[in-house]
Amino acid sequence: MTFTIPIDNGDALKNAEADSQRTLYPYVTGTSIVAIKYKDGVLMASDMGGSYGSTLRYKNIERMQAIGKHSLLGASGEISDFQEILRYLDELVLNDNMWDDGNSLGPKEVHNYLTRVMYNRRNKFNPLWNTLVLGGVKNGESYLGMVSMIGVSFEDNHVATGFGNHLARPILRDEWRADLSFEEGVKLLEKCMRVLLYRDRSAINKLQIAKITEEGVTVSQPYSLKTFWEFSAFHNPTAGAQGSW
Amino acid sequence: MTKQHANWSPYDNNGGTCVAIAGSDYCVIAADTRMSTGYSILSRDYSKIHKLADKAVLSSSGFQADVKALQKVLKSRHLIYQHQHNKQMSCPAMAQLLSNTLYFKRFFPYYAFNVLGGLDEEGKGCVFTYDAVGSYEKVGYSAQGSGSTLIMPFLDNQLKSPSPLLLPKQDSITPLSESEAVDLVKTVFASATERDIYTGDKLEIMILKADGIKTEVMELRKD
Repeated sequence: MTFTIPIDNGDALKNAEADSQRTLYPYVTGTSIVAIKYKDGVLMASDMGGSYGSTLRYKNIERMQAIGKHSLLGASGEISDFQEILRYLDELVLNDNMWDDGNSLGPKEVHNYLTRVMYNRRNKFNPLWNTLVLGGVKNGESYLGMVSMIGVSFEDNHVATGFGNHLARPILRDEWRADLSFEEGVKLLEKCMRVLLYRDRSAINKLQIAKITEEGVTVSQPYSLKTFWEFSAFHNPTAGAQGSW
Repeated sequence: MTKQHANWSPYDNNGGTCVAIAGSDYCVIAADTRMSTGYSILSRDYSKIHKLADKAVLSSSGFQADVKALQKVLKSRHLIYQHQHNKQMSCPAMAQLLSNTLYFKRFFPYYAFNVLGGLDEEGKGCVFTYDAVGSYEKVGYSAQGSGSTLIMPFLDNQLKSPSPLLLPKQDSITPLSESEAVDLVKTVFASATERDIYTGDKLEIMILKADGIKTEVMELRKD
């Protein structure tokens, strides 16, 4: 088995040889993540697709992962960069556990760490091509934040990446409340994911919903949404313009 | 083979407007709370005002990741200053530090448009206004950010600043009372919100006086 020893050539902006090793464009990408705070914590939804350009290459990618005891990370964008970030966080959580002092990394800390990582990669002109969603609960306080590939970060009661920002956020702005029950929260997320399924061509009908509460993180089994395609307008769309397609 | 050009930009403009007005014994610093990217709104409740020291408050609009990094640098430098000098930094000192920090990245700038407000060593209000690479000036009032072009001419008209061509240089601190200055700020933001798509949602106003800082929030149009 062959493997290449990674070469650290330094700043990709100044060093011509390092040019071949920095990210120019994403290859395998995940689409939107949608997340909301609810009564007991945070709910996050994502589909399981990994697109290779316009091909739907992978249909079993888990784009949400638990981080430590209190947080959940969801990622859209380049899947390999997401896996790299998981490796960084693995090391972070490991070192945190090794202190063995009863304290553990909360979502605020993880979000701050991720923001610094993304910003520093952007400074070196070699970004991690992801938009990350970080949600969690610690000491009864819910937290939900987002970081983009150039290091822009913020927290809010509801966040969504990619197409979700355009299609899901308006629904959430209208229908989100602080005292949503678990069932209501799931229904709201499913409403957003259904709209994305209809309108985002890189979305697939196989999604997971993750729940973070004070008790911990659970990621659901994959399932699909019921869709309706029998709208009369879709039955014979060219009725008013024969010969069109 | 032609050199590959990046298809991503390390910069983004997250919009927003910041204003500060200096008075005889107070300083008003105000900013909207909208954070945008392109034609989308990311957050309607994002604060652009940050207290650096007891008498120095920074308000910045522009690229939010650079703004955050800039604040972290200034905060840590202030902490070191406090450890070394056993006192808080004065506003004019912070003003110089901010200028130097910005120029330090002259060839890969912090895309941040700053207004620093506070009280000087004599307790009078002071406002410092900056460009992205650190050139700065002590003024009586200033506006920066996406709505600045709409607000500045109006402030010039209302605050009747003496001509900068006069010698000796005259102080441009406004004779307005604190409540009049706050009302003026509310008016300019309501107007800027009408015509600037990146300004709106909520207005956060901080009033700095010798005895402490007061914060006020006002609703703005959300469209």
